[in-house]
Amino acid sequence: MKVIIMGCGRVGARFAGLLDGAGHAVTVLDTESYSFRRLPAGFKGKALVGNGIDEEVLKRAGIEQADVFVALTQGDNRNIMAAQIARHIFGVKRVICRIYDPLRQELYQNLGLDAISPTTIFADILMKKLES
Amino acid sequence: MYIIIIGGGRVGYYLAKALLDEGHEILILEKNTTVCDTVNDELGSICYRGDGCEASTLAQVGTGRADMLVAVTGEDEDNLVSCQVAKHKFKVPRTIARIRNPRNEVLFKKLGIDVTISSTNVILEQIAEEVPTHPLIHIHEIRDKGLEIVEVKIPQGAVTIGKALKDIVLPQGTLLTLIIRRAQRPVIPDAGTVLMADDQIIAVTDPTSEDALRKALRGG
Repeated sequence: MKVIIMGCGRVGARFAGLLDGAGHAVTVLDTESYSFRRLPAGFKGKALVGNGIDEEVLKRAGIEQADVFVALTQGDNRNIMAAQIARHIFGVKRVICRIYDPLRQELYQNLGLDAISPTTIFADILMKKLES
Repeated sequence: MYIIIIGGGRVGYYLAKALLDEGHEILILEKNTTVCDTVNDELGSICYRGDGCEASTLAQVGTGRADMLVAVTGEDEDNLVSCQVAKHKFKVPRTIARIRNPRNEVLFKKLGIDVTISSTNVILEQIAEEVPTHPLIHIHEIRDKGLEIVEVKIPQGAVTIGKALKDIVLPQGTLLTLIIRRAQRPVIPDAGTVLMADDQIIAVTDPTSEDALRKALRGG
């Protein structure tokens, strides 16, 4: 699979490493090249500096051939916008988007985005830990 | 009308001021406390501190009864999300977004934002009008009808000079409404009107026919 990951933070870099290890073609996007230090040694994918809400940057990252697009920056709105560009402008089949704000996550899930809220998930895990 | 403005920066501030003068009910949502205080000191208590992308904040300011929401922060993504939340969660009938990157216009339209205003494009249009060689100038856009009013200048030496309008094939749906001639009063063109150098032709057309119209009138 050809996967584009937007945002090379802890999650982005780790996920990129996992996919790369599993033999997928990965391109990681970040607005700062310094973020790429997080990528594991021996990472065979591409690392590209640029903003994922810019169509030109996405084209350079090869979005027209991508099977999967994952938005993992710190900004909910940036993730939402990039995910919608990937889906509605470039027609990427699988688009996943991180949204910290549970309310926004719910809204965009209803609008058809595959949106994950780490806030909800982590709070649930903590609750389960305490209850067990 | 009850109008909510997202972003109390310079654009939001002057927009609020102008709309208040027209007698509308205005509320500005602004994240930054200092900016919020300044607006309230100068315009009265119309600025509420909060994130205009959050549904809970929008609920607090009564977005459900708003007639219009205008998002004018400096970030395209924030303006998009504000408008989408207003539209889908609160059914605001009209949402308007300011955009920085003119290319985002297509996406915003696709996602149901009613109006996008690109400051970059506005400035570009103004510059184009000042450049005498510019072949086609946008004067006005009639958005909901998909039409626009444009001006085409006939340059010296154009192959169409001396031709009557009845011999010129215009793109479908295009109407020539007015010709402004040097040192003459404006004339309403008819089939027999002959094109002259330096004519300024005001036409109503649809945006996809722009190139065809320019070619028809200027010969390329």
